[in-house]
Amino acid sequence: MSNHDTGHEASNELVTHAPGTLPDKFEDPGHPEHHDRLGDLDPKANKKAERQVVVLFAISVLATIGFLVAYFAVPPGESVESMRLSNLLLGIGLALSLLGIGFAAVHWAKALMNDHEKSEERHLQRSDDDTRAAAVEVLKEGAADSAIGRRGVLQGAMISALALFPLAIIVPLIGNVGGDWNFSKFRHTMWKKGTRLTTDPTGRPIKAADVTIGSVFHIIPEGLEEEPHPLDEKAKAVVLLVRLDPSELKESEEKKSWSYNGIVAYSKICTHVGCPVALYEQQTHHLLCPCHQSTFDVSDGAKVVFGPAKRPLPQLPITVDDEGYLIAQSDFNEPVGPSYWERLVK
Amino acid sequence: MTTTATPTPVEKLAAGTADYLDQRTGIGTAVKTFARKIFPDHWSFLLGEIALFSFITILISGVFLTMFFVPSMNEVTYDGPWQALQGAQMSEAFASTLHLSFEVRGGLLMRQIHHWAALIFMAAIVTHMMRVFFTGAFRKPREVNWVVGFLLLILGLAAGFSGYSLPDDVLSGNGLRITDGVVRAIPIIGSYTSYFIFGGEFPGQDLIPRLFTVHILLVPGIILALIGLHLFFVVLHKHTQYPGSGRSNKNVVGYPLFPIYVAKAGGYFFTVFGVIALMAATMQINPVWNYGPYDPSPISAGAQPDWYMLFLEGSLRLMPGFTEVVIGQYTLSLNVIIPAMVVPGILFTLLAAYPFVEAAVTGDRSEHHVLDRPRNRPFRTAFGVSLLTAFFILVLAGSNDLIATHFHLSINDITWAFRVLIFLGPWFAFWVTKRICLGLQRKDRELVLHGHETGRIVRFANGEYIEVHKPLDAHERWLRVQHDAIRPLEIEPAEDSRGVRRKGYALDRMRQRLSQTFYEDRVEPVTPAELAASHSHGEHDAVEAGPQHAPAELTGAVGGGQHLVDPQDETAPDGRNR
Repeated sequence: MSNHDTGHEASNELVTHAPGTLPDKFEDPGHPEHHDRLGDLDPKANKKAERQVVVLFAISVLATIGFLVAYFAVPPGESVESMRLSNLLLGIGLALSLLGIGFAAVHWAKALMNDHEKSEERHLQRSDDDTRAAAVEVLKEGAADSAIGRRGVLQGAMISALALFPLAIIVPLIGNVGGDWNFSKFRHTMWKKGTRLTTDPTGRPIKAADVTIGSVFHIIPEGLEEEPHPLDEKAKAVVLLVRLDPSELKESEEKKSWSYNGIVAYSKICTHVGCPVALYEQQTHHLLCPCHQSTFDVSDGAKVVFGPAKRPLPQLPITVDDEGYLIAQSDFNEPVGPSYWERLVK
Repeated sequence: MTTTATPTPVEKLAAGTADYLDQRTGIGTAVKTFARKIFPDHWSFLLGEIALFSFITILISGVFLTMFFVPSMNEVTYDGPWQALQGAQMSEAFASTLHLSFEVRGGLLMRQIHHWAALIFMAAIVTHMMRVFFTGAFRKPREVNWVVGFLLLILGLAAGFSGYSLPDDVLSGNGLRITDGVVRAIPIIGSYTSYFIFGGEFPGQDLIPRLFTVHILLVPGIILALIGLHLFFVVLHKHTQYPGSGRSNKNVVGYPLFPIYVAKAGGYFFTVFGVIALMAATMQINPVWNYGPYDPSPISAGAQPDWYMLFLEGSLRLMPGFTEVVIGQYTLSLNVIIPAMVVPGILFTLLAAYPFVEAAVTGDRSEHHVLDRPRNRPFRTAFGVSLLTAFFILVLAGSNDLIATHFHLSINDITWAFRVLIFLGPWFAFWVTKRICLGLQRKDRELVLHGHETGRIVRFANGEYIEVHKPLDAHERWLRVQHDAIRPLEIEPAEDSRGVRRKGYALDRMRQRLSQTFYEDRVEPVTPAELAASHSHGEHDAVEAGPQHAPAELTGAVGGGQHLVDPQDETAPDGRNR
């Protein structure tokens, strides 16, 4: 491949040259000639470049003054517009103040400073053999002074002490950093028998009769705000409620009683990595997670029809109370949200 | 500045200060050694400078932000100028971010400078790393510095991620929720790790203060230390230089630190900071007041993480769900582990290990200070492009929802297309890049052997037409012939002269195979002999055509295909052999 271009004729030609007279490689022709800049030859051009540098520095000074004027004269105010204006004026002031200095310095260096390239020698990184030998000698002397090689017990004691002392820092850190380390919390949410389904975020209970076919409700459990840590509870308990035409609803025998008049409630926390699954498409009954596009079929047990999730969304068994409000029959029957190692361990 | 002139007061002051310092620090030695240190000049060396200067910009704006940001997850009721959230429950972290944006004068500017600078910091690191990779600047003695730079990339990701999450808005909160989901998927210790990070269940009350410490102390502290080490190595090794006449592995050609780079690099810092300030002034970024405080329930469609996290997002999106398996009663979420840990693990390991692999395969023990032209190392260039291709396919996959809405395509089709592309794309990119490199090398050979086309057509007296080619001058030629073409390893045969199978042959054969993968396809640079042959061949033609009939002006400067004659100022070897 390498000799394509020259072909066999070229190699024949080589025979005619006296062998050994041509080097294997070309020689470096050395530094190219220096080309003078306009300013090196013409004092006028040189003076002009100097003036340009001065002007650039002056722009920076003016811009800083402008920044200060804008700071005092244009407060961010109460509206998005006034805030944007303040930000724009301050930002442009700062930008010009900086760019003035930057361009001035670079222009100065390029147009006015000596532009003759210089060459410096390099040396191998390794130290020479004498230095290396001396270094080894020094270390040997030190080792001999400490006599570490001969004192095995001392060596062992030192290593043990050094290896163990970090425990005094790590144990309390690990012990406390995870709170109570009680992951059985993953298994439970605040839903329990009789908890009313209320709208998110207003907390208004929902009557089954008010849920028309095709409508969707974002649901939180009643009493969420009274919990000690509402966000922690909400992160597990959010539910999406949909009413379908019962004829379109495919339900397994065991879950027949979990819906009410075609109203089904599913955990809103994706079984992939936990985003809220919030995009419902009425026509297809598909529920889409906007994070990674896992798609669940609400009419068929919220099973996965596309995307990176494996498991269906957990279903919340619901019914109605005496007043006709939707309530939970119990907590979810499995942990909500993403999978984890011990998920199936009872 | 003459020795006889009496010193001015300024000079006296300077001399006094210098004397004071030198007596106490011996700084004179350092000034003498470093003030006029030579650095080569090239635009691509500025990429690393952008990373450094945007980091300084991040530090300056970051210190400003810490004065006003409150890293607390305590719930407060908002009462401030932003009417849309009046009375809303939010964490103090989010409320203080609103306070910074609306009420602190210049606070929004600093927030936007900080965020833009972070994006530019990561982009500069990645492009700087590409420059170092494709020019082979990572070769001995700089392998260790490559690893330092690689660690800076990882720490940059950590800094960006921890900072992005601090305002505690809906977008970043969902990002953290994804993090929790990913962490939980780790086999055996996943749940422990989740509790370790969040101090209990997600989101808990501890995360923002913890992230704050990570973001403003731990990560930037390590980054600063590593930047120091990175720059120390640059000074110790002296900067690499691009090939060119007068530049070798034994010298460094360029301009002195003082005054040229003090002015240029100093000015460049102000320029980088200035451009970032201009972006912050004119381009809104992360308007958290529109997203609202974190709440586990709402989410917006089409949300994107910062660009450097997109590849992870894309990787998660592409993975099909069936790969989650249950072993006994334990769940192994390969649908999360593979895209979020294995894929980035492979990409980053390949990146970090490449210099060591290449050195081992090449068997090269010498120091390299002259950079490679990417075309001259086809395997490396193709490999780098194929890694980048994989990365960018994942980035695009992370935006598949935006692609779907902008181009009115089915998101399922796009996802499927990317699932296929992530396997085919890198291979295709490798093949194409390697072919392009070899083609460019052939073009170099062609140029060296035959010179530039001039477009001037000349007719000889015998009716033959030729195009006059202008030979390359010595400097142009040197650039195209200076490199060594590395050849694959040659090994001893499997059996010795007596037909006994040699020990260690299998290992040698494996090393040879690897070496062949890297260097089998190659185009070698033109040698003086080849150039001489090409020239004298041309002269033969000329002789046969009858040089006495050729127009006088052509004898000195006619090239063209076989008709190339050296320029007058040449000391080419064929001159001696004529």
